Amino acid sequence: MTILFCLVASLAAAEETGRPIRFGLTPVIVADQAKLLEAWRSYLQKRLGRPVTFVVRENYSDTMELIKHDLLDFAWVSDYPYVTLEQTHRARLLVTPIHRNSATYHALLIVPVADQVTTSIFDLEGKIFAYADANSFTGYLVPRSELQTGGKNPAKFFRKTFFTHGHQRVVEAVAIGLANGGMVDGFIWESLARLRPSLTEKTRIVAQSGEYGFPPIVARQSMSPTEAAAMRKVLIDMADDREGAALLADLNIDGFVDGDRHLYDGVLEMMKVMGEL
Amino acid sequence: MNFFNLSFRYKIPLWGSMLILLSTLAVSATLIIDAFNELRDDLVIDAQTLGIALEPALSAAMSRDDVWSVYTSIAAALSRTGEAERAKFSSAVVADTASRVYVAAPPTVAPMLTELRNVNSDYASIAERLQSDTTESGFAITPANSDRQYFVLPITDHEVRYGTLILSLNRQSVLPRFSEIALRGLLVGTVILCILLPFNWYWGRRMAEPLVELIERMRNVGKQLPETLDPAVYSHRDELGSLFKTYNKMLTDLKAREELERQVVQSDRLAALGQLAAGVAHEINNPLGGMLMAIDTLKSHTVIDSRTAKTIALIERGLGQIKETVGALLVEAKTKSRNLTTSDIEDVLVLILPQAHGKRLKIDWHNQIAGAVALPATLVRQVLINLLLNAVRAANTDGVVACHLAQTGNKFSVSIANDGRLLTAEEMTHLFEPFSPLSEDGHGLGLWVCYQIVHQLGGSITAQCKDQRMCFDVELPTAEPAP
Repeated sequence: MTILFCLVASLAAAEETGRPIRFGLTPVIVADQAKLLEAWRSYLQKRLGRPVTFVVRENYSDTMELIKHDLLDFAWVSDYPYVTLEQTHRARLLVTPIHRNSATYHALLIVPVADQVTTSIFDLEGKIFAYADANSFTGYLVPRSELQTGGKNPAKFFRKTFFTHGHQRVVEAVAIGLANGGMVDGFIWESLARLRPSLTEKTRIVAQSGEYGFPPIVARQSMSPTEAAAMRKVLIDMADDREGAALLADLNIDGFVDGDRHLYDGVLEMMKVMGEL
Repeated sequence: MNFFNLSFRYKIPLWGSMLILLSTLAVSATLIIDAFNELRDDLVIDAQTLGIALEPALSAAMSRDDVWSVYTSIAAALSRTGEAERAKFSSAVVADTASRVYVAAPPTVAPMLTELRNVNSDYASIAERLQSDTTESGFAITPANSDRQYFVLPITDHEVRYGTLILSLNRQSVLPRFSEIALRGLLVGTVILCILLPFNWYWGRRMAEPLVELIERMRNVGKQLPETLDPAVYSHRDELGSLFKTYNKMLTDLKAREELERQVVQSDRLAALGQLAAGVAHEINNPLGGMLMAIDTLKSHTVIDSRTAKTIALIERGLGQIKETVGALLVEAKTKSRNLTTSDIEDVLVLILPQAHGKRLKIDWHNQIAGAVALPATLVRQVLINLLLNAVRAANTDGVVACHLAQTGNKFSVSIANDGRLLTAEEMTHLFEPFSPLSEDGHGLGLWVCYQIVHQLGGSITAQCKDQRMCFDVELPTAEPAP
């Protein structure tokens, strides 16, 4: 705790004096792209005119904890953490990525390609199911909500469930047959289909969920409006210059737009239904 | 054909080869078996090391029921062992404490939550063994009728058992490694054989060939004297070398004895001949003297017509020839004579020089006699003249005749050599006999006379080939030593 306080104090003192911007990343984008992330980081640094540090965590909860303690300035998070953070006044929406001209995305129910009989999540009763993360929207909340809506008890429906702490790993777990099914971020799956087709080829898409707001980039609640605005401008302007456009293409998105809180109303609704709030 | 009756030429190399082959095979086989055992032990160690390395991660992950972490740990471990030199573990299964599959890598081996005994017969035997096995150290097991070997290792942390790690090894996958070891062993064996076999073959023949040569010579000993063995064939001083030496010595002794026998036979024959000749000469001489006297009387006291006179002259010449011949045969050494002096010897040289000049010979004259020698001068001069004239006749035109004369102690020695044709062994045998066919003119009595004189003076005369020259050596005992 002492260390935490020290950190907070030192960060506050360093504000406005060129202290690095701390940008949190979660598994909402495809992992193992160090080269791309480094290019993006140096791009942001150049545009902002101050150092930028990327803080990559293997799971959502770690990133959420960092934001809660003001240890991150910005973070690209899943819908579920965003809504949670906003409801608890820890962070606010900054920008939403646009993918295929849409600020929304969906969840995909996938099974191993050998399984040609499953047509919905309800066919997976008594099977082994892989969740991405307990704080994941598409990888946890959506399938559980679907089961609950269908009158099933998500806690007992599957014979066994486990967390892989990442959408990409859910795809892996399903592809190798470790899990009989899993629900993943459609954007991740599509990105993977482009980057590692050998992996996605071993899975079959069974069903697609409704549309929800794309995992947004949030700013911590205490962030000064000028700093937040600077970051917002840099991100939104990315599509306008060649270097930024190339990075966006590598990230498999079209660009960033101002976030609209109503995009995430469906998520909030679902969380209320599931008693998560 | 009995192997044991084979010639040493084949038997020694064959025996050697067989022994070398057997030892090399034995050594290679031992090395291969050792390597295989080591490989097997290494696999157990590999499995144990892997188990120990994985244990903290697995127990931590299992304690928080993190299936994915357990899976990634064992999957990573499997792919890591693939890089190692040794055999690769084909699968890893983590079972929980209730002997159910917690997670398997690859997952297709055993679905999660399957009872171990229901996975397949291999895992059924493992489950059985796990139930009965209360030790905490793990074990290796090769189920009956299985081509796999399993290494079963407990997953514990602070004495809390979380489950069991089962590593599976396809025994076939050890084969390439084993065949590599075996191949290397065989290769080394072959190299050793390639070095040792030719060496053994060479050595065997080296031992056998001198023996074979010796045997072939020994086989002929009864019939004729074989040649001596060339010491270069086997020059070492071991038993075989001694055998060679002994054989050569035996041969030398045999030859010396044969030579001695030959000499005895020759001198016996010459002695008998001498007696016979002397006897016949005496018997002829008496009536001959009477006949010559009668003719003499007839010529001086009777008037003879011319025809009778012619006849008488014919008889007289014939009798004269007989007398001359008999006189030559009858060598009388007993006649008194003055002692030999160095001028007698030099006279002989003067006598033969004209003939030597006729053939443009070089006379190699070494006279070491100074003063008188207690030997009858007439007889020695006769011997010298005979031998020197023979030598001059025999020498090649423009050739050499060498003459050495010396007295050492009570021994006077003469050695006369010429560079003419060498005499054959057969010719040498009959050299000193009267009426020698070798004589181109005269009676062929020259050497006979020399022999008789030398023998009557108690000395010896020998002829031999020395340095491609025909050499006659005479040795005579003197009554007084050299001055």
